Amino acid sequence: MKRIITLTVNNRPGVLNRITNLFSKRNYNIESITVGHSEIEDVSRITCVVNVENDQVIEQITKQLNKQIDVLKVTDISEQSIVARELALIKVLSTPNTRSEMNALIEPFRASIVDVGKDTLVIQITGESDKIEAFIELMKPYGIKELARTGATAFLRGTQRSSNQVKNISIV
Amino acid sequence: MLQETALTNTKAENKSLNGSELLLQALEKEKVEVIFGYPGGAVLPIYDKIYDSKILHVLPRHEQGGIHAAEGYARITGKPGVVIVTSGPGATNIVTGLTDAMIDSLPLVVFTGQVATGVIGTDAFQEADILGITTPITKYNYQVRNIEDIPHIIKEAFYIATSGRPGPVLIDIPRDIATAVTEVPEEREIYLPGYQPTLKPNYLQIRKLTEAVSRAKKPVILAGAGVLHSKASCQLKEYAEQQNIPVVHTLLGLGGFPAEHELSLGMAGMHGCYTANMALYESDLLINIGARFDDRLTGNLKHFAPNATVAHIDIDPAEIGKNVPTEIPVVADAKEALIELIAQEGKPPSHHEWLKTLAGWKIEYPYVYENNANTLKPQKVLEMLYQKTNGEAIVVTDVGQHQMWAAQYYRFGKANRWVTSGGLGTMGFGLPASIGAALADKDATVLAVLGDGGFQMCTQELAVIRELNLPIKIVILNNVALGMVRQWQELFYEERYSHSKNPVQPSFVKLAEAYNIKGYVIESEAKAEEVLAEVLQNREPVLLDFRIDANENVYPMIAPGKGINEMVGVKQK
Ligand SMILES: Cc1ncc(C[n+]2csc(CCOP(=O)(O)OP(=O)(O)O)c2C)c(N)n1
Repeated sequence: MKRIITLTVNNRPGVLNRITNLFSKRNYNIESITVGHSEIEDVSRITCVVNVENDQVIEQITKQLNKQIDVLKVTDISEQSIVARELALIKVLSTPNTRSEMNALIEPFRASIVDVGKDTLVIQITGESDKIEAFIELMKPYGIKELARTGATAFLRGTQRSSNQVKNISIV
Repeated sequence: MLQETALTNTKAENKSLNGSELLLQALEKEKVEVIFGYPGGAVLPIYDKIYDSKILHVLPRHEQGGIHAAEGYARITGKPGVVIVTSGPGATNIVTGLTDAMIDSLPLVVFTGQVATGVIGTDAFQEADILGITTPITKYNYQVRNIEDIPHIIKEAFYIATSGRPGPVLIDIPRDIATAVTEVPEEREIYLPGYQPTLKPNYLQIRKLTEAVSRAKKPVILAGAGVLHSKASCQLKEYAEQQNIPVVHTLLGLGGFPAEHELSLGMAGMHGCYTANMALYESDLLINIGARFDDRLTGNLKHFAPNATVAHIDIDPAEIGKNVPTEIPVVADAKEALIELIAQEGKPPSHHEWLKTLAGWKIEYPYVYENNANTLKPQKVLEMLYQKTNGEAIVVTDVGQHQMWAAQYYRFGKANRWVTSGGLGTMGFGLPASIGAALADKDATVLAVLGDGGFQMCTQELAVIRELNLPIKIVILNNVALGMVRQWQELFYEERYSHSKNPVQPSFVKLAEAYNIKGYVIESEAKAEEVLAEVLQNREPVLLDFRIDANENVYPMIAPGKGINEMVGVKQK
């Protein structure tokens, strides 16, 4: 099953190495990982999407991450009310014949054309990973030349349903 | 002279020092007694300051020996072993020791030289990406980028190495940083918001455990090295006696509870004793204190303590529930948790039947071997060593059969007398580790119990033993084989002894003599009596080449994949 974990970490040399190393050392499967500055100076925010077999594995992952000295907080937000977004750039073959047909697909997905070549288009799409996957499926028949995805970045919505306690991986 | 000014100069009074001086000043502040180090280009500026330092510097004859010695020192004292090596090959030579210290939770602070900041990343002479290499095998690592950070980084490194679950910390120092000059920076407090080890146990879990104990019919404590790291052996004894709960040890935990105590059941695991393993198997309440349920202990997890409620006290939350599902998790320092448990004065369990059964097993199934007048049995050698040192020696081992025999037959009465490479099983560890142990406790007699194979992996350290005149009695249990490998080949590979038997050996006695250390070949019990009587009287290093029965195997044994209840070789045939 897919799980989304967010981390806040000290923005120091070697931090990302320590985290990705941990995934490979412990044989965990990362689907995507995104890193960038957070609202706090010198603190970065990491979003990992991992594929795990059961809850015990996710518990181990979060505990191992939490153990890292530069990791400030680890939260498994998979079961929360969250905003998760990913961006994809898709270079797809397009001829004058197919262009209007493609436009009809682009619009409902709120994707946009960001570059037009002689026989290709570059389409940018943002949204939840499911939506991006659905869109990629629709583009496949036209011939995808290149695909770049950022991986999901996510955080909790402002209001949570009260029943779903945030799973902060605390020490006790 | 430098040190005196450095020590009195706590405030930053426009006093300028270079990076190497700052480093040594910080080590003095941490009250470092000994540095295990090996010089080279990138650390020459540091060595120039070591030249004037009052801290003892020990020069191993290989960096691997240096870091294992530091591990031995850390194991006995609980203080960080300090290592300084040069960049590139010096740094890569300590990789095994770091891995060993990481898995056995030994505190180390290791300094590696690095090429100058300006050429990092250019494949400069003796450059190695030591941060990249050591990230998975250090608790934390740093590269110093600003000279002003040196004192603070070192202070933090000592704190990280020794607090929480101890471990090795590495500090990489580019050459230009070691020579740059700065005013002594203002001291800063340690602030690590992401690192707050939980020491005090959760009260509710303590209550839950106390109640579980009072209801238990077959309780058992499994005491690991966490008890030793937290210096909790007195509390363990008090708690076990208060509640009358028998105690089983892991390999690394030996000494945490007195072996001769009537509640002691001995060591469990692959080569543990019948009573200890069966106590875990049959128990209905298993209280793990500071052990990590390693696979060499548990055997096949499907058969591990199938009927037990598991309580686990550990300072590292990630260990709890990692291998064995745990009903009562207690994240805490072992000592703090035991103090709380004792204070509960809970109702002890009514478990007379259980204690009777265990006492019966202890009599029925002790460790056994067949003594034989024609050969010298390794078990006999260890029994003699135990008796002749009154169980008070520090015992350091290498890895293999001799290690298991030492664990079985040397009955530790006290904590911190036992140094062995458990998690990594590092051959070559024993001889250098005994140097660190001897420096850590200058009054102790140190027995370095080694195999003929592992001895040859770090033989060069004989020079250090001679140089420092350490009272190390090197006990080689010589079976002219890589004994543990030979045993597995005998048992699991149809006696196909691929590269494990009859290697060409030097004369170990002559080798010792080459280092001006006395040596003896011992082929019989009578000779052993005679030589031990002599050499255990004095404080001289000595090498004893015991020619043991080459066919002896370690028993009992749990074969790989088998359950803890499926021991073989429990009884004499
Ligand atoms: C560095 C290293 N290499 C290989 C091994 C695998 N190994 C485990 S025990 C052993 C044999 C040890 O032989 P010896 O030192 O003679 O001790 P004995 O088992 O005979 O007591 C070997 C090769 C190891 N543990 N460590």
